[in-house]
Amino acid sequence: MKEWLFTTDHKRIGVLYLVGSIAAFAVAGIMALLIRIELFTLGPTLTDDATNYNVWLYFHGAAMILAFLIPGLTGFLANYLVPIMIGAHDVAFPRINAFSVWLFWFAIVLALLTFVIPDPPDVMWTGYPPYSVQTSGNTAFYVFTVHLLGFSSILGAVNFLCTVIYMRAPGMGWNQLNFFVWTTVGAFVIQLIFIPVLAAAVTLVLFDKYFGTAFFSPANGGDVLLYQNLFWFYSHPAVYVILLPAVGTLMDIISTHARNPVFNYKTGVYGGIWGTVVLGSDVWVHHLYTSGMVDWLRIGMMVTTLIISVPVGLMVISLVGTLYRGSIKYTTPMLYACSCLFLILIGGLTGIPLAMTSVTLHLAETYFVMAHFHYIMGIMATFAVFAGVYNWFPKFTGRMYNESLGKLGFLFNFIGVNVTFWPLFGIGIEGMPRRYFDYAMMPQFEGTHQISTIGAVLIAVGMAITILNWVIGAIAGPKASDNPWGSKSMEWTHTTTPPGPGNFPTPPTVSEDWSPYNYGGHTAKTI
Amino acid sequence: MRKLAFTTAGLLAAPYMASAAEETEAVKEAVINDPSEGWEILWHHVLIDLTAIGILFALIVAFFMLSYRRKSENEEGSSPKLTLGGSLAWTLVPVFVFLADDFYLAANGWKLWNDQRRVPDNAMEVKLTAMMYNWEFQYDNGTLSDPDADGRPVLVVPQGKPVVARMHSEDVVHSFFLPSYHIKEDVMPGRITYLWFYPKNLGETVLTCTEYCGVGHSSMYGKVKVVPAAKFEEMMLAKTGAAPAAAEAAPAEAAGAEGAAPAEGAAPAEGTSAAPAPGAGK
Ligand code: HEM
Ligand SMILES: [Cu+2]
Ligand SMILES: [Cu+2]
Repeated sequence: MKEWLFTTDHKRIGVLYLVGSIAAFAVAGIMALLIRIELFTLGPTLTDDATNYNVWLYFHGAAMILAFLIPGLTGFLANYLVPIMIGAHDVAFPRINAFSVWLFWFAIVLALLTFVIPDPPDVMWTGYPPYSVQTSGNTAFYVFTVHLLGFSSILGAVNFLCTVIYMRAPGMGWNQLNFFVWTTVGAFVIQLIFIPVLAAAVTLVLFDKYFGTAFFSPANGGDVLLYQNLFWFYSHPAVYVILLPAVGTLMDIISTHARNPVFNYKTGVYGGIWGTVVLGSDVWVHHLYTSGMVDWLRIGMMVTTLIISVPVGLMVISLVGTLYRGSIKYTTPMLYACSCLFLILIGGLTGIPLAMTSVTLHLAETYFVMAHFHYIMGIMATFAVFAGVYNWFPKFTGRMYNESLGKLGFLFNFIGVNVTFWPLFGIGIEGMPRRYFDYAMMPQFEGTHQISTIGAVLIAVGMAITILNWVIGAIAGPKASDNPWGSKSMEWTHTTTPPGPGNFPTPPTVSEDWSPYNYGGHTAKTI
Repeated sequence: MRKLAFTTAGLLAAPYMASAAEETEAVKEAVINDPSEGWEILWHHVLIDLTAIGILFALIVAFFMLSYRRKSENEEGSSPKLTLGGSLAWTLVPVFVFLADDFYLAANGWKLWNDQRRVPDNAMEVKLTAMMYNWEFQYDNGTLSDPDADGRPVLVVPQGKPVVARMHSEDVVHSFFLPSYHIKEDVMPGRITYLWFYPKNLGETVLTCTEYCGVGHSSMYGKVKVVPAAKFEEMMLAKTGAAPAAAEAAPAEAAGAEGAAPAEGAAPAEGTSAAPAPGAGK
């Protein structure tokens, strides 16, 4: 117990991140279920007080993004894998690393207080003023949760950038890094630059609400749109903090289970990842297409937003190309990873009309948007985390999970998400607004809402099977061999499963022709 | 039919007619590009574009997934190594294809955008005030639109006349959404925003709020009711006991002539996105 509490080992810290983010995911998932059940019938179903619904929705959105996906990808996976993938014995600042995970845990506790304090926050995860200032809900809890998580993330960013820059194994060049390591670097660069902006925005809300300032109050000279610009200046790049490591995870998993090198690696890294980081910081106004922003900015960011399809497309080509003439085995992680290729397609393509300002004047704030971001972020990135847990499960625990249970859970999840979210595109196009407790003005959508709720129940079953499988596997699974997938990546080839303290029996050095993707030997012909 | 003929004629003749100030009302109306129709056409194009790309990609992925399964336990993949040329080709060709599609969509999107934001000269102005949790519509003769029997807000407008809503909020951010006209715009305190739509068909459609504004957010709906122009005039007459000011002259002119109430609506808006007052610039 004590050795877990006071650990500075990046592997244990990674596991602590995993436990915290899965806890957040579970509670936020239960909120999703409540939301869906509430929408099952016209009028009140579970509650007749819309505020309850709004609090569930606030918690669901905020926790899924800030307390599950971002810490799951950049806390848990990055913590566990990056040092081992680059051949380091730990991160650059292990104590700071421990401090970040504790900040994260405090934030989770603070967020969970939502359910016990009187007047919990009901400001949605976006916290727009003047509502977040005027509401009787306790906006401070929202603000402090964001502060803690943000602070934790910034410390993580500094730590991991230093680690990757200075602690790579002797001989390891930049073009020999795992794709996942590169995406983590990209994600942390974004965190480091943009989180302070979000922190500033929510702090000003705090001042407005509790200290009587007027940053966002027009009656006293403030400006409502200022907040929205600051918020999305961070929160759009934040979706790449999620997307990039998710793609990185998938890339490494697909490469491992197709036993092929990453297709067009350099283009994927320098065009795909870095193109996304650079372009991704110039598109935030696409969240403000209907917010009364100046017209020229709305058109300018339509163009930049559409061009984002270029770097993202390059990464997708790398993902799909890695399958070409591969030797694919459909283990559970590979099933999740391959299903993500379809999810990213649906989520990505539905982003294109949303990038077009004039089309979005209709689609903004409808269920079309809701379905779109669930496909790309809610589902694709979540599946990437799940694929990651399964793929490195033997590494973390030294044991194997149960393959049939894994596949059963996958089946429920995959069918469930499509039943839940695909029909919502349809009612979104017809005008069903999101964040609605009830839809009395559009009663014709009741049937679709019911199908969607049934899908959510399927997901709940799938998730339960999945988490059960992990718990059972970690406690009683059969012992795993050192390299069960036959991977060429350093975390499998150079150390034991699970790795001991210091990660490597002998500190690794690598030669110039070493690569984490050295499959197929030299027999492959060139084109 | 009459409409169609005028549209074609109007489009061809527009450049010549621009200066002919005394041109008839009919021609003016005929050159209105209805953004709602434009939206439906563009949406259709986009959908075809996406479906084509989507199916192509999905088939490739499915084909790869099925054809390259592992045959023996120790088999490794045999993907060909990319030469520098191959790598460049696999970069530049997709970049150009994606960019081409992006710019094609951007150009079409921009065209529609211009229609959506350029308010026709003869538009009727309505002042919209949003509040938790209701909408209020004021015509430029100063009268308010009456709610329906359930107390829900109703915006009554005459058929065939473009309507521009000049909007602000008394409290928090709301968003004025007309699903049937494919248009919305946020309504907030401290700024004046606008949207316009073209009520061509008689009947009632939904209007609702699409920016989260609190406990009553999902009950902040009402309807747009399009009535025949004659009936609208009658209604206005009944309300004011005088001829409707907006029906004939453009509001800016009316305001200038009378210096009366409508001037408020036409005053330059605070917000950066303020529209030119309808009829201005003549
Ligand atoms: C697992 C099954 C899930 C279900 C059934 C579900 C369901 C929903 C529903 C019904 C809403 C919108 C309700 C409304 O607008 O009134 C919603 C909103 C949202 N969901 Fe999920 N969700 C799921 C997973 C996720 C995940 C994994 C994420 C991770 C990012 C996520 C992120 C969000 C966000 C950010 C919102 C917007 C909240 C807001 O409007 O402020 N969801 N979800
Ligand atoms: Cu509202
Ligand atoms: Cu609202």
